Amino acid sequence: MKAMSRRIRVWSLISFGAVATMLLMSLVMPLLSTPVMADDATKAVTETAPKVEMAKDIYYKKEGPVSGPPVPELKATDYPSYNLPYPLSENRIIIWSIAQQHLYFGSFVLAVPIFCMIIELVGLLVKDPVMAKKYDDLAHLMVKISLTAYSVTAILGGLLIFSFITLYPDFFKYLSSLFKPVMHIYALLFLAESGTLYLYYYGWDRMAHGFAKWIHASMGVLLNVFGTVLMMLANSWASFMMSPAGVDEKGRYLGNLWAVMHNALWNPLNVHRIIGNMVFGGGIVAAYAAYKFLAAKNQEEKAYYDWMGYIAMFLAVGSLIPLPFAGYWLMREVYGFRQQMGITLMGGLLAWLFIIQAVLIGALFFSTNYYLFNGMERMRGAERYQKYIKYILFLTTAAFLVWLTPHTLVMRPAELKAIGGQQHPVIGNFGVMSAKNGAVNTMIMTTIISFLLYQRSNKIVTVKWEAWGNGALMAMFAVALVNNWWLAIYGYFIPANVRVGLSVPQVVGTLTTLFIGSAINIAMMKGSKLTGPIEWGKISVRSQYALFALAVSFTWLMALMGYIRSSVRLFWHVMEVFRDNSPWAFTHTIGFAANVMSINVMAFWLFVLFVFWLGELTSQHALAEARKEVARPAMAGGSE
Amino acid sequence: MEAKIETSQAKRRRIPVPAQVVIVWIGVYLFLKFVIKPPLPSSLILMYMTMTSVGLGIYVSIYEDTLQGFMGPIVDFLRGDPLRARPWRAARWAVLVLVPFMAGISTYQKLTPSAAPPIDQRVIHPAPPREFAQLYSPIPHTPENIMAGKGLFIAYCSPCHGIKLDGKGPQYKGFDPPPANFVDVGTIAQLQESYLFWRISTGGVGLPVEGQPWKSAMPRWETRIAPENIWKIIMFEYEGSGHVPRTWE
Repeated sequence: MKAMSRRIRVWSLISFGAVATMLLMSLVMPLLSTPVMADDATKAVTETAPKVEMAKDIYYKKEGPVSGPPVPELKATDYPSYNLPYPLSENRIIIWSIAQQHLYFGSFVLAVPIFCMIIELVGLLVKDPVMAKKYDDLAHLMVKISLTAYSVTAILGGLLIFSFITLYPDFFKYLSSLFKPVMHIYALLFLAESGTLYLYYYGWDRMAHGFAKWIHASMGVLLNVFGTVLMMLANSWASFMMSPAGVDEKGRYLGNLWAVMHNALWNPLNVHRIIGNMVFGGGIVAAYAAYKFLAAKNQEEKAYYDWMGYIAMFLAVGSLIPLPFAGYWLMREVYGFRQQMGITLMGGLLAWLFIIQAVLIGALFFSTNYYLFNGMERMRGAERYQKYIKYILFLTTAAFLVWLTPHTLVMRPAELKAIGGQQHPVIGNFGVMSAKNGAVNTMIMTTIISFLLYQRSNKIVTVKWEAWGNGALMAMFAVALVNNWWLAIYGYFIPANVRVGLSVPQVVGTLTTLFIGSAINIAMMKGSKLTGPIEWGKISVRSQYALFALAVSFTWLMALMGYIRSSVRLFWHVMEVFRDNSPWAFTHTIGFAANVMSINVMAFWLFVLFVFWLGELTSQHALAEARKEVARPAMAGGSE
Repeated sequence: MEAKIETSQAKRRRIPVPAQVVIVWIGVYLFLKFVIKPPLPSSLILMYMTMTSVGLGIYVSIYEDTLQGFMGPIVDFLRGDPLRARPWRAARWAVLVLVPFMAGISTYQKLTPSAAPPIDQRVIHPAPPREFAQLYSPIPHTPENIMAGKGLFIAYCSPCHGIKLDGKGPQYKGFDPPPANFVDVGTIAQLQESYLFWRISTGGVGLPVEGQPWKSAMPRWETRIAPENIWKIIMFEYEGSGHVPRTWE
């Protein structure tokens, strides 16, 4: 029996490993370089058909056989529109809104399975059976919610394609002429993902134990493999529009599809979106938990959704930490591909949108800290740490003020005259990268301190080396903060290209406090005396609004950064290859763009509330069914 | 006895939460408005005060007791205290009148047409055209070339940008926006020398189509100064301001 169970375990691990390898393969494959493939294709064509016209790839700079038509030169009349009242008279507003909703729901249905996969695996690995069941139920509940969102995503995807075909026919024709095999693979993968999702959800109870449970968990991984590859395929279209490759300067396809897909920004965008999805998934689940907490009718429900909100927030914020680095890589590649694009984004036309981004990122830190501070209130013993909170809050707020200070101030002419230039001699120093790096690292570190205090709230340390441990923690944070501020100041005195390198030791300091600080803290908690359990469900109602703020900030950030990424192409459908000659090929004012983004955010949340409500209906139905099941034998007995 | 003393001391020391909030808020405002020189633009003060308010809002609402401490006096005031009805009543009436009145004033100010020019939000670093993006100076970095650049700078650029490169040449007062201050860390220190070459060569008329209308009085120097001399001017601008051109790693 024992041997059999061991064999099952080994086979489970092998099958799980195989699926995990598939996941990794999909991530590693695109990173492989293409020149060999491109060379082979070129060689084959030149050997068999010497008369084919050859042209140079605008990105890879290699010759390839011309295999497609050039981009058409469009006129304003080539863009059919519905003659709707302004602003819907602009086709791009319609496309923008539908694409945004599709992207939100696409992220939702990609993100929730990531979340479920992690939670289900945690449930499998946890030794306490009660906790294991709790994690498993949570993962199951979230898949149920994503089922409705899945069909909404498909509907929005169809709507987006129809809108492209009807409103931008020539552009869509060009893109589909390049990507037609990818589009078919995309559709097939969507089918595979749907099948896996249904099996994953409906097989949950049947595959709840032993080997079958591991197969089920592996299916969760497979679901994410399909989802991730799907997203990467779609990313290749968006990144091609920003950084075209595999075509010549007239936009003619050169016969190598991989070169078209594997353009300069594809992988940075893939990584950024995968991590972003994880953050978004955590945010949505946290919002769901908050919604259910507020609507809870008894203490038991409140306790459950309080716990769920905490887990979701923890995952969201945990994934948020590497996101700026992925964003940094993406932006670096944007600069690398075309310096003008980088300048338009960070210093030029779109620079002010980055100030709005700063405000939203600050809102994330505020919400997280606020939630943790509130969460401490439901633990006896947390009063010991109350006195530190105002200092943490002060540091976070001060860093936030520096973080959001614009480089170029918005001024009235009289104010401009008084200052004598667009940069203020004192405050202007906060507008440059050096200050921003110092500020954001400070905010991350204060949030880490809040989290460490949260972990300690209901525990009394009993290890013998308590004084040393506390000393080490305090010294580590002091050194990291001083190092961070010192490097921020030093950055003013050195050239910009050297200054960029300073962000590395700053980030290393911050990550050290996160990983080593957490490790020391956890080690100190070993064998600690509890001052009381975490009283789940007793968190304040206010804290749940912080979870909403967290989730809404994520969605707002996605709308904002998506707009920035897309509008940096200015008047190009495909950067420097396919000109946008529509009547609305201009950049909107910031106010207008912000309104469209906000309407999109609101529309999404209304949709999400609808999805939550539907989820609620099915659970009520299940409850009623269960009650019927209980009632049936009694009625049968009565008839006898 | 000791506990009593402690409580009375705590009572004496403790400033009511609403008062703490008001003191900090006003203190920050006064600091931003009057201490920092030259005065900060109103848009920045608004941003800072909004975030200060958010920070204070978080501070008062973290704990139930601070929230009650903050809201209690406000609620008491609005509900009224029957024992001291007369003064409270007068104050409540004042609030009832003042709040809508201030809202009215604010609306009036927003809607009244004004002759003042609108708030200016310029794009400071527009993206250069592709042909200028990858240029590097062909001129050797020698003292002679720097001196030549200095002479050219004094002749062509210093009337506006100033001999000290601080944007305060003899004619700077005539320009809106004022000429760039090259000593500032936010101008040429952030830019590659190819960027300066573009701006000097093509001037205001060479600015890109996005972000128009531009407000630049910069002449198109390529019609009057040879490219190698423009590079020498750039060399001096970096040398004289103490900065080095930005490079991409």
